[in-house]
Amino acid sequence: MGRIVLEKVKKSFSEVTVIPPLDLEIEDGEFVVFVGPSGCGKSTLLRLIAGLEDVTDGTIRIDGNDATSIPPAKRGLAMVFQSYALYPHMSVRKNIAFPLKMAKMDQAEINRRVENAASVLNLTDYLDRRPGQLSGGQRQRVAIGRAIVREPAAFLFDEPLSNLDAALRVGMRMEISELHKKLDTTMIYVTHDQVEAMTMADKIVVLRAGNIEQVGSPLELYREPRNLFVAGFIGSPKMNLIEGAEAAKHGAHTIGIRPEHIDVVEAAGEGVWSGVVGVSEHLGSDTFFHIHETGLAETITVRADGEVSLKHGDTIHLKPRADVIHRFDAEGLRQS
Amino acid sequence: MATQHSRSAARLMMAPAVVLLLGWMLVPLSMTLWFSFRKFLPLRGGDQGFVGFDNYVRFISSSSFWPAVQTTLVIVLGVLIITIVFGVLLAMLLDQPIWGQGIVRILIIAPFFVMPTVSALVWKNIFMDPVNGLLAHLWRAFGADPVVWLTDVPVYSIVMILSWQWLPFATLILLTAIQSLDGEQLEASEMDGAGFLSRFIYIILPHLSRAITIVILIQTIFLLSIFAEIFVTTGGAFGTRTLTYLIFQRVLESQNVGLGSAGGVYAIILANIVAIFLMRIVGKNLDA
Amino acid sequence: MARAVTKQRKTLNTLVAWAVGLLIFFPILWTILTSFKTEAQAINDPPLFLFFDWTLENYGVVQERSDYMRFLWNSIILAGGSTLLGILVAVPAAWSMAFVPSKRTKDILLWMLSTKMLPAVGVLYPIYLLFIELGLLDSRVGLTIVLMLINLPIIVWMLYTYFREIPGEILEAARMDGASLREEILYVLTPMAIPGIASTILLNFILAWNEAFWTLNLTAAKAAPLTAFIASYSSPEGLFYAKLSAASTMAIAPILILGWFSQKQLVRGLTFGAVK
Repeated sequence: MGRIVLEKVKKSFSEVTVIPPLDLEIEDGEFVVFVGPSGCGKSTLLRLIAGLEDVTDGTIRIDGNDATSIPPAKRGLAMVFQSYALYPHMSVRKNIAFPLKMAKMDQAEINRRVENAASVLNLTDYLDRRPGQLSGGQRQRVAIGRAIVREPAAFLFDEPLSNLDAALRVGMRMEISELHKKLDTTMIYVTHDQVEAMTMADKIVVLRAGNIEQVGSPLELYREPRNLFVAGFIGSPKMNLIEGAEAAKHGAHTIGIRPEHIDVVEAAGEGVWSGVVGVSEHLGSDTFFHIHETGLAETITVRADGEVSLKHGDTIHLKPRADVIHRFDAEGLRQS
Repeated sequence: MATQHSRSAARLMMAPAVVLLLGWMLVPLSMTLWFSFRKFLPLRGGDQGFVGFDNYVRFISSSSFWPAVQTTLVIVLGVLIITIVFGVLLAMLLDQPIWGQGIVRILIIAPFFVMPTVSALVWKNIFMDPVNGLLAHLWRAFGADPVVWLTDVPVYSIVMILSWQWLPFATLILLTAIQSLDGEQLEASEMDGAGFLSRFIYIILPHLSRAITIVILIQTIFLLSIFAEIFVTTGGAFGTRTLTYLIFQRVLESQNVGLGSAGGVYAIILANIVAIFLMRIVGKNLDA
Repeated sequence: MARAVTKQRKTLNTLVAWAVGLLIFFPILWTILTSFKTEAQAINDPPLFLFFDWTLENYGVVQERSDYMRFLWNSIILAGGSTLLGILVAVPAAWSMAFVPSKRTKDILLWMLSTKMLPAVGVLYPIYLLFIELGLLDSRVGLTIVLMLINLPIIVWMLYTYFREIPGEILEAARMDGASLREEILYVLTPMAIPGIASTILLNFILAWNEAFWTLNLTAAKAAPLTAFIASYSSPEGLFYAKLSAASTMAIAPILILGWFSQKQLVRGLTFGAVK
């Protein structure tokens, strides 16, 4: 079981409030991702849940029990750190067994669980090596192994993939998602990478300056960002944001349109934007054009088919799809 | 990391070290200050009461004070110049690829581990003795009259002994610093057409400046308080009496504690001036 | 900074470096050689380098005449005792500073360092007086405590810089894994810090061994270590070069060997972590 509820949780470091009072419910078995730019308080929030930092005010409940002042060791949570935090002087086997040894479990059971975790994570051949002799991906797996043997109520991941190279990151992303399906345990995952958040989460919590900007499934956030910040943060490349006369036409202060929701058309006409092609990024399947001199915004980004061939300096005509234009008011909030 | 629980545990674990050092600093320091304002001659009448700043004035106006300051300055500056100039050169040499680098390093570092009394005695007798010393043999081999080192040029002899002891320290620290210099920076400067001399002046020396400052400060603190080397070689005779040695003589040899304590306060002030600069550097490094 | 150079260049560098190295090491080498000569050979003109009748006689005489072993034993007790005592006090302190830093940590560290800068001669008489009052003059206990106190700032500092290199996340991981503070220190921190603790012990043993102000001024006969033993040779009595050399060799040999092991740590220890 791993239902975690935060009630009016607040954190200040001396005078500075990092997290103003905040409420959040995480259901048992959910994969929740905290995402936001660096310094938004997402790691602090995770550490509060872990018990590595004291809560300044408010209550943390784990499975209905008040865990606010319980030390980290007794909360029944496991954590995977950004640096993996493996014990360098212990073999992989001893690393994975450490939490069980601390729990005074008997040796036969420890062995059984370690072997089991190792086979799940493909670490059986490496059990007697030291962490220093492993690759980044293997270390990551050891850290996960150390977490799963305890059969915790919930897993906490603190940017676990940020030290891996791009190719490995995609692989590990799948593995962690896979693991979640298999274990069906609550996972709380912190990242600054919205792609990780979108691909892995059941529920995304977007944070900025300690405030929750929006909570929802990846598609909810994509389809209906509650404000300009979420609109700009979720989705890649970023949503185009247009102010002024064009926005006023739609009865909004700002309108947003995603690059994938703009079509390239042959000729100018009613509701068609024209501009000059700047940099184009050819990804093969898609091409992203950065368009200037549209009179709407500094740059408009457009996704086109990979085969569209336009050169730097060419004139281009764009037609936004009317049904997916997001409208925001002067405060940056979504207008329904 | 920092929860209430761990913070109170930390305070408790820090207490013994803090209390011990506080006692070690405050008790003798306040006693020295107390004595420095009193006429106190343990063997000639004991404590004869409060005399104000009398001891401070007498210490400075005594005929041995300025010569002692001069000797101290000559020794400190002499050793600093020698160890830093040769230290930089040696560090640059050792930074080059050479065969048996490890062994050369060991040979050069060795004098630092020699206990001060040993190095003073060995130099005094086996090397600087005017009759049987090795240097005397060397001089005679070239047909020169042997130098009576510790009588004729006593201060320079002591500078030489101290330099031998401290050169390894300077070399080792400068070598460590030089090894942290980014090779690409040098290569870039070479691409920019900088010759050896300009590379040395514009790249290597600025890179070493911090290490050099640290060597100067640390050596100054140690050199200001050298004792054994003088105690063993000349016993303060022939103009080798440094400030430290003068205070030692006032306190223990002539048993004028008040006067010596006033001198001690001067020494403490002097050392603190140097220490403040060192602290600044070390403190800055703490934030990094 | 090691860059490719030509073979001739490397040969030249090597020759110069070795020449300088041997020149600097020469006084020590010569002392060791002289310790194996007879007194007559020791002052022979021209000096004898390697071709003399090697003898161990001096070592025997030194031990017999001045009871070298007693001084050696005192040195070991003083250096070892003060270092271990210092480590016991410093380890918890350094742990606190490295892993639970507060706003005052930096000030405390710098203040500790500043006590090291206190010139010994400034507090000579008070300590001397306290030692007489407490009956500690010429006692190993008193001197051990003094040596511990003068080296304590360095011990705390060195341990602090080593501990700081251990990532805090590993300790947090241990905490999440259910380790108590004691288990965290015992099973995770200590094993990881062993190299640092060992080099700290080594360097401070050397510093205490070579300390030559307090050991000369606070001892007479009973507690005198090797520094005082050697100083007693400063009044020459006839032919004594070989014996002086033998005594010197015995006094520095143990520490030379230890010192060579610790040369890497020396830099960090003596610059308070400012140069690494």
